[in-house]
Amino acid sequence: MSTTEKTYVIPEKRELTTKPRFSDKVFRGIVTGGGLTSLVILGLIFGFLLYQGYDILRTQGFGFITTSRWDVAFDEAGNVTSSQFGLSAMLIGTILCSFIAVLIAVPISVSTALYLSFYAPQWVKKPMVTIIDLMASFPSILFGIWAFFVLMPSGAYWAKLLNHYLGFIPLFKNDQMIFESSPFIASLILAVMIIPIITSISREIFSQAPLDRIQAAYALGATRWGMIKAVVIPHGRNGVIGGAMLGLGRAMGETVAVYTVLNIVFAINWHILFGVGGNVASLILLKFGEASPYEIKALMAAGLVLFVLTLIVNFASDLLVRSFGGKGK
Amino acid sequence: MSTVKEFNDVKPIRPWQASTRDRLVTAGVLLFSLITAYGLVKFTGLSGKLGLFFSFVFIFVALNSGREYLRFGNAAAKDALVNTIVAVGTFFTLIPIGSILFKVISKGYKGLYLGLFTHDMSLNSPNDPLNQGGLGHSIIGTLLLVSFALVISVPVGILTALYLTEIKGKFSQPIKFLVQAMSGVPSIVAGLFIFSAILIPIAKNNSSILGSMSLAILMIPTVARTAEEVLKLIPNDLREAGVALGGTQWRTVAMIVVPAAKSGLITAVILGVARIAGETAPILLLAGGGDKFNYNPVSGPMGSLPYFIWRSFRAGTPESISRAWTGLLVLLAIVFVLFAIARRLGSRKVGK
Repeated sequence: MSTTEKTYVIPEKRELTTKPRFSDKVFRGIVTGGGLTSLVILGLIFGFLLYQGYDILRTQGFGFITTSRWDVAFDEAGNVTSSQFGLSAMLIGTILCSFIAVLIAVPISVSTALYLSFYAPQWVKKPMVTIIDLMASFPSILFGIWAFFVLMPSGAYWAKLLNHYLGFIPLFKNDQMIFESSPFIASLILAVMIIPIITSISREIFSQAPLDRIQAAYALGATRWGMIKAVVIPHGRNGVIGGAMLGLGRAMGETVAVYTVLNIVFAINWHILFGVGGNVASLILLKFGEASPYEIKALMAAGLVLFVLTLIVNFASDLLVRSFGGKGK
Repeated sequence: MSTVKEFNDVKPIRPWQASTRDRLVTAGVLLFSLITAYGLVKFTGLSGKLGLFFSFVFIFVALNSGREYLRFGNAAAKDALVNTIVAVGTFFTLIPIGSILFKVISKGYKGLYLGLFTHDMSLNSPNDPLNQGGLGHSIIGTLLLVSFALVISVPVGILTALYLTEIKGKFSQPIKFLVQAMSGVPSIVAGLFIFSAILIPIAKNNSSILGSMSLAILMIPTVARTAEEVLKLIPNDLREAGVALGGTQWRTVAMIVVPAAKSGLITAVILGVARIAGETAPILLLAGGGDKFNYNPVSGPMGSLPYFIWRSFRAGTPESISRAWTGLLVLLAIVFVLFAIARRLGSRKVGK
C-alpha cells in the first residue's frame, strides 16, 4: 500500500490574463508618446506663431488678409509710430501661382502615371520610377537656380508667344512687355517641382485599380484607352484629385525656388505674364533679413496664415486620397 | 507523332502585341513626321524648338491615328491618340530632370578641385577665382545640421511608425492624418516656429542646433511614413511567434520586429536625410551663415551647403555663380549617393 501512495503536487492555477506587464506598459506609454509628437508639434507651431503674431493680427484685424500694404514707420527713439501690414497681394500671388502650377502639372503627371502603369515595358518602368522618385527629393534651391538660368529664358519666350496670340484674354495681358520674373515662370518651376509628387501618388492609386475589372474590360474587347476610361479613371479620380491638392499644398509653401525667380512687389497682379508678383513664403524670406522686431511679429502672423492655409489644403487632400476607390462602370 | 511535330511548328499568335511589321511602320511614321516637321520649321513661318516639337507631334498624331482609324475604326484611333498623349506627357516629365542633371554637371565641374573640400571661405569672397577657397566648412556644417536633426527625428519618427503598426490604438487615424499634415508644413514655417519658440525667448543667437530642430520637423513625417510602410510589410507570423514563445510585446518588437525591418528603417532614415540635406529657407533664418570652419553646434553662425550655394548665387558675378553650380553639384552628389544607398537597402527582402 505504501508504494501506491503518491503525493500529487497540484500547481496553483495560473492566471490567464491579457493584462500587460509593467515593461509593456512602459513600452506602450513611450510609443504612444512618440506617436503623439506630431500632434504636439503642430499644436506648438500654431500656438507660438499665434502668440508672436497676435499683436499684429489684433491691430490689423481682418485687413491683414484683405489689404495690400507693408509699411512701418519709426520715430527717432525707434518706436513704431504707425504700421500697415496687409497680405492680400501675396496671398493672391500664392494662390495664383500654385493653382496654375497644378493646372500645368496634373495633365503631365497623370499621363506619366498612366504611361508607367499601363504602357511602359518593365525595362523602361523601373528606371523611370527611380528617376522620378529621385527628382522628388531634389532640394528646392536646385530647382530655383536651374529655373533662374535655364527655365527663365525659355519661359519668357513662351510667355511672349502666349501674350502675342492670346493677349486678348485679361489673364495673359502684359502692357509693359516685361516677361522675365513673372508669376507664370514661378508657376512653371512650381509645376516642375510638384510633377514627381503627383505622379507617384497617381501611380500608386492606378496600381490599385481592381485587376479583375481591368481583365474584364480587356476580355470584352476594350482598347487600352477604353479600359482606362471605364476602370482606372472612375476608380482613381478622387485619389488623383487628392494628389493634386497635395501638390497644391507643396506649391503654396515653396520658398526658395519662388524667391529666386520672382520679382517680389507689393501689388495685386492678375496678369500672370507680367514680371511682378510674390507669395507669402518668399515675402517672409525677403523681409526677414532687415526686419525690426516689430516687423518680425508681422512675419510670424504671415507665417501663421500660410500654415493654416497649407493645413487646410492638406487635410482636404488627405480626405480625398483616402476616400478614393469609386466603382468602375 | 506527326501531329505533335506540327503543333511544335505552330507559332503562338499574340494579337495584342505589336508585330515587327507594326513596329517598323511606327518607326517609319515617326521618321517621316520628324522630317516633315523639320521641313516645316525650315521653310515656313514656324520656328524654334517649340515649333518643331509641336508640328512633329501633330503630324505624328494625324498619321498614326489616321492609320489606326483606317485599319480598326474609331476606338483604335482614339487609343492611338491617347497613346501619343501619354508618351508626350512622360517626355515633359523627363525634360526638366535631364536638363537639371546636364546643367549641374556641365557647369559645376569647372569649380571642382582638391582644395575645395579642405578650404573654407573665410579669406575669400565668392568673387575670387575658382581655385581659391572652398566649401569644406559647409560640408562640415551640413553634416552637423543633419546629424543633430537625426538625433531628434529618428526616434520620434520610428516611434510614430511603431504606434501606427504595433499598437494601433485609438489615435491611429488622427495620427496618420497629422503626420500627413505635418509633411505639408512649409519649410519656412518650420523655421519661423523655431525662431519664435526658441531663438527669441531662449537662445537669442543663431546656431546650427536651432537649424537642426527645424530640419527635424521637416524630416519626422518622411521617416514616420516610410518606416510605417516598412513595418507593415513585416509578416504578422513573426509577431505571433514572438508572443507565443512567451515574449512580452516590448521584447517582441525590440528583438523580432525591429531587427527584421532594419534595412527598411535605415532606408526611411536615409530618405529623410535626402529630404532635408538641401533645405535652405529655415537654415537662412536660424543657422545664420558662416564662412569659416565651425565645429560647435550650439554657438556661432554655421555654414552649410545650401547657404554656400545661396550666398554664391546672390553675389551674382560669373565666378560666384560658377561656385554656386559647383556647390549644387556637391549637394546633388550627396543626395544621389544617399538615394542610391536607400534604393539598395530598400530593394532587399524584408525580414533577412
